[in-house]
Amino acid sequence: MDAGGSDAAISVRNVCKNFGDFRALNDVSLDVQAGERVVVCGPSGSGKSTLIRCVNRLEKHESGTIRVDGLELDNSRRSLDAIRAKVGMVFQQFNLFPHLTVLENLTLGPLRARGKPPEEARDLAMRYLTRVRIPEQAEKYPRQLSGGQQQRVAIARSLCMEPQIMLFDEPTSALDPEMISEVLEVMTELARSGMTMVCVTHEMGFAKGVADTMVFMDHGEIVETAPPETFFAAPETERCRDFLQKILHH
Amino acid sequence: MKRAALLAAIALLLGGCSGDWGWYVVDPRTPTGWTNLKFLLGGLWYTILLSVTAISISVVVGLLVALPGLSQYRALRAVNRVYVEVVRSVPILVLILWVYYGLPPVTGITIGIFWSGVIALALSDSAFQAEIFRAGIQSIDKGQYEASHTISLSYADTMRFVILPQAIRRILPALGNQLVYMLKMSSLVSVIGMQELTRKANELVVSEYRPLEIYTVLVLEYLVLILIVSALVRRLEKRMKIDERN
Repeated sequence: MDAGGSDAAISVRNVCKNFGDFRALNDVSLDVQAGERVVVCGPSGSGKSTLIRCVNRLEKHESGTIRVDGLELDNSRRSLDAIRAKVGMVFQQFNLFPHLTVLENLTLGPLRARGKPPEEARDLAMRYLTRVRIPEQAEKYPRQLSGGQQQRVAIARSLCMEPQIMLFDEPTSALDPEMISEVLEVMTELARSGMTMVCVTHEMGFAKGVADTMVFMDHGEIVETAPPETFFAAPETERCRDFLQKILHH
Repeated sequence: MKRAALLAAIALLLGGCSGDWGWYVVDPRTPTGWTNLKFLLGGLWYTILLSVTAISISVVVGLLVALPGLSQYRALRAVNRVYVEVVRSVPILVLILWVYYGLPPVTGITIGIFWSGVIALALSDSAFQAEIFRAGIQSIDKGQYEASHTISLSYADTMRFVILPQAIRRILPALGNQLVYMLKMSSLVSVIGMQELTRKANELVVSEYRPLEIYTVLVLEYLVLILIVSALVRRLEKRMKIDERN
């Protein structure tokens, strides 16, 4: 078995991805163990989002292999369904369903994709809404909520599918500053519960607090991987130092 | 209020006319006039039935034709393009004649006047419905598909519960337009003998020799019918908007 092989929650090996002439991912390899919290940072266009979008097949990688819980991602329906069942995702733009109430947003997946009875789906939804601390908003429509509340609903919607791995694609970047902390609190709580998480974020306070591993990407490559203590105290590369300087001391 | 004012204006217009006009032919106060008026209005039911049946079919066919148009596969998109371009190029009147006179010998099935009309109208309208649905579905943000993907919804469920409910709200004004258009185009089915509003008027003109008055009544019949339908569509639009925005 190769290093970080099939016992890793996520194993990315030599993955490349192009958008036309633009090389979004260049020979990227990364392992995420079960229960590990990884924070991915880097300048915009560095391939962070593309990397995690490849992990749940929102983008198709062109070469290399991606395994989730030992199962290789390929074009088969079976692998796609299996991976989608294991991996939850939270988007920068929330992507809630605007025509459905909060509760309906949460129960749609459990009802239709998992075939749960309505009672059970509702209980599940209320449990996760309580966990993200907005059970009282269940009957409202997304547009009646603040950005922070919407993102928490989106997190709850993902959790309702009971994933083993959660991916966060810049979850606080579209939020007003005063709403960022309420979302980070929910994410921190989730991290404490032992969820395997990969977060693309610029929230370095959150990263210091919860990350087991920091990953720095630039130009489609992973430039540096280190535990947060070493990563912030003594970044190895010039590019990483530059980046940290910009986002920590502006 | 508005409707009352409109009716008053029409009454004034009709009452104020004299000389060459011969309103006796549709004067409800005389037995013949009353009979004639009832005869004319007798076509209303078929106009509505024909249009509503045709549009119900064309919405479904239009959606089924729109979906391959959104596919990532070129062959499926080609199916959509060919259907839309071919059907859209045939004038409705020609299609009605062809379905009524041409389809039975080709298929060996006898099709009555009503169903010939329905098929021709639905076929013709479906090409436009397909384009409306395609535009509506394409206007929905990519993030909605991605979110559906991450909660493991199948393609059919994504369409049914996420994309179409939003797309239909957006295309409702266009669908309303098509319904109005359909009500008007159904008058063409009179050429194959469908006893709808226009055919009734034509027949009465032949026996009464009063085209001016009879066709004026016909115009008013369509006008009132379509004003009512438009008002209903607008109410539906408003209600669905409230649903979404609250």
